[in-house]
Amino acid sequence: MEWRWEFAWEILPRMLWATGNTLLAAGVGYTIAVVLGLLLMLGQRTPYRLINMPVRELVEFVRSTPLLVQLFFVFFVAPQFGIKLSAWTAGMLTIGLHFGTYLSEVYRGALEGVPKSQWEACRALNFTTGYTYRRVILPQAFPIALPGMGNYLVGIFKDTPLLATIGVAELMHTANALGAETYRYLEPYTMVGFIFLIISLPTALGLRRLEAAVARAQGNTRH
Amino acid sequence: MGYWEFLVEYLPKLANGAVMTVMVMVCATLLAVAVSMVFGLMRLSSHFAIQGAATVYIEFFRGTSLLVQLYWIYYVLPLMGLTLSPFVSGVLALGLNFGAYGAEIVRGGIQAVPRGQYEAALALNMSPFSRMRRIIIPQIYTIILPPAANLTVELLKATALVALITVVDLMFVAKQINATTWLSAQVFGTALIIYYAMARFALIPFLRWLELIAARKIGKA
Repeated sequence: MEWRWEFAWEILPRMLWATGNTLLAAGVGYTIAVVLGLLLMLGQRTPYRLINMPVRELVEFVRSTPLLVQLFFVFFVAPQFGIKLSAWTAGMLTIGLHFGTYLSEVYRGALEGVPKSQWEACRALNFTTGYTYRRVILPQAFPIALPGMGNYLVGIFKDTPLLATIGVAELMHTANALGAETYRYLEPYTMVGFIFLIISLPTALGLRRLEAAVARAQGNTRH
Repeated sequence: MGYWEFLVEYLPKLANGAVMTVMVMVCATLLAVAVSMVFGLMRLSSHFAIQGAATVYIEFFRGTSLLVQLYWIYYVLPLMGLTLSPFVSGVLALGLNFGAYGAEIVRGGIQAVPRGQYEAALALNMSPFSRMRRIIIPQIYTIILPPAANLTVELLKATALVALITVVDLMFVAKQINATTWLSAQVFGTALIIYYAMARFALIPFLRWLELIAARKIGKA
């Protein structure tokens, strides 16, 4: 089968429109993940075993099972309990939860990466816990968390095609539909691949720059 | 239908699917390990073309989505005259994709071996090949195994995607049962538990054991 430029040109507007949906899905999913990750991390750090044990188990479970199965679980099981979820809602919630568990680990690692002596110094200076977090711990934990957070932003973006399987009209879904309508799969699938490449490579590069800039701003020249 | 009856009727089918998942996983892991080694070493080559080829390969497979690669291999390659079975397509996509991530781990592992080891091998007049094979590579296992273990768990999870190109794995069987019975909570819940058990009670202990062996071999246990 030959590559046909005029066909590629013809389907480009629909592909670009779907790219918008893909970016929207990645953005919303990431926002949910960032917030949920914070809650999960706090849940794991509370001293109450009744809370931290189940949260830790939940995080372990979600992290070691496939996102695809989770998507189907949420999308098909919620209606069984009388909850009507659209494909978008189910998809965003699942992706948010899945990557939220990863981000909670990133946050945890970052907090643990701040030397204990920082805590002790704040205690010695009689700072409150809130003040210690806000002015001493979090500013130092942020650069440690940044690479992991960036990687999962790109990771979410690359996992959005899975949403096509439950019917979210993103890039992969549109490519499938175009293939089914025209019996031409070469151009749509190849274009999806290149659109992903065009977006994810510069994003990854930009994130590296950001990390370096943040490290510099903090006076850390190791990076 | 109670959950117990559901298990009696459908667990054997799900177990069959799980066996296929394990087969895909094992084949893809072997391919990924080979790809990681080759491209990890190429990435460190001083030859411009070899290093460039490895960089392009790694960035390409890491920059696009696994599902896109899978569909491309299964649906587009036949249009160019190369028809692969679903199983082979799945293993190929997983192996090539995870091999690209693994290559970066291998590269990092080789670079983490202390500089003095290279210099000592050089002083002993070893050829670059035997220096790599006898001195450097044996030392990278303790360094690369922890990140490689994470990647292997990711690979196990990613095998679920091969269901989308009709490989009859655990996910495929689950979808099939769901389509005929609509017992979604039971079937997908059970599938999730099986995936979890495979990762937590088989794969992760196995990988920890490998780490222990590697540490023991190098005298660090």
